[in-house]
Amino acid sequence: MADHTLDAKGLNCPLPILKARKALKDIPADGTLEIIATDPGSVADFEAFCRQTGNELVEHSEDDGTYRFLIKKTA
Amino acid sequence: MSAEEKSMSIIVTKGSLDWAYPPFILATTAAAMGLPVTMFFTFYGLPLLLKDLKLQLTAAGNPAMKMPMMGAHMGLPNLLTAVPGVDAACTKMMKNLMSKKGVASIDELRELAVEAEVRLIACQMTMDLFEYSLDDMIEGPELGGAATYIEVATQSDINLFI
Repeated sequence: MADHTLDAKGLNCPLPILKARKALKDIPADGTLEIIATDPGSVADFEAFCRQTGNELVEHSEDDGTYRFLIKKTA
Repeated sequence: MSAEEKSMSIIVTKGSLDWAYPPFILATTAAAMGLPVTMFFTFYGLPLLLKDLKLQLTAAGNPAMKMPMMGAHMGLPNLLTAVPGVDAACTKMMKNLMSKKGVASIDELRELAVEAEVRLIACQMTMDLFEYSLDDMIEGPELGGAATYIEVATQSDINLFI
């Protein structure tokens, strides 16, 4: 169970990333943030976001056009 | 944030509804990824700092602007863009489309940029040229000129001109 879930469904680039960044601020160190999105571009973008910021993309999955990301706050 | 910190600057030169997007999208995203960001607003980019944004769009001179309509993509001949009301209709159509597709408004992206402490520099020369004052602008921009920007650019890893 993630510490917080961000519903970014229906939002387009770059809003899922911007909202995730804001949400991460309120997550404790080593806590997790779950993001639900529908923007297909968010897959590549969350991978890049995590590489650049040093946070860990623990898992991501897709189910019928809905994307789920789990980010661990390691930065 | 990232161990080796990179930074970015953007020269913002265009102020139509469509062209306002790339600089604000890139600035807010870079800031979200931990980069210190500076935006330098000059010429037609300067009005993007006005308190009251009245962004407009024109299809004039832009053959690539084609709106999705009933399964097809519709462009507008240059001649028609001169008809009164056509630009306003295009603007409205674009705003509707953006809102339908979950694209942020420029107001929203600009607020996020300010919140993320993106450094905003209003070109002093353009302020004089088009007779604007800082009172016309949102809270946050500082005044600066070419030398101010060049100093920022020499210290930035990414410098964009949009």
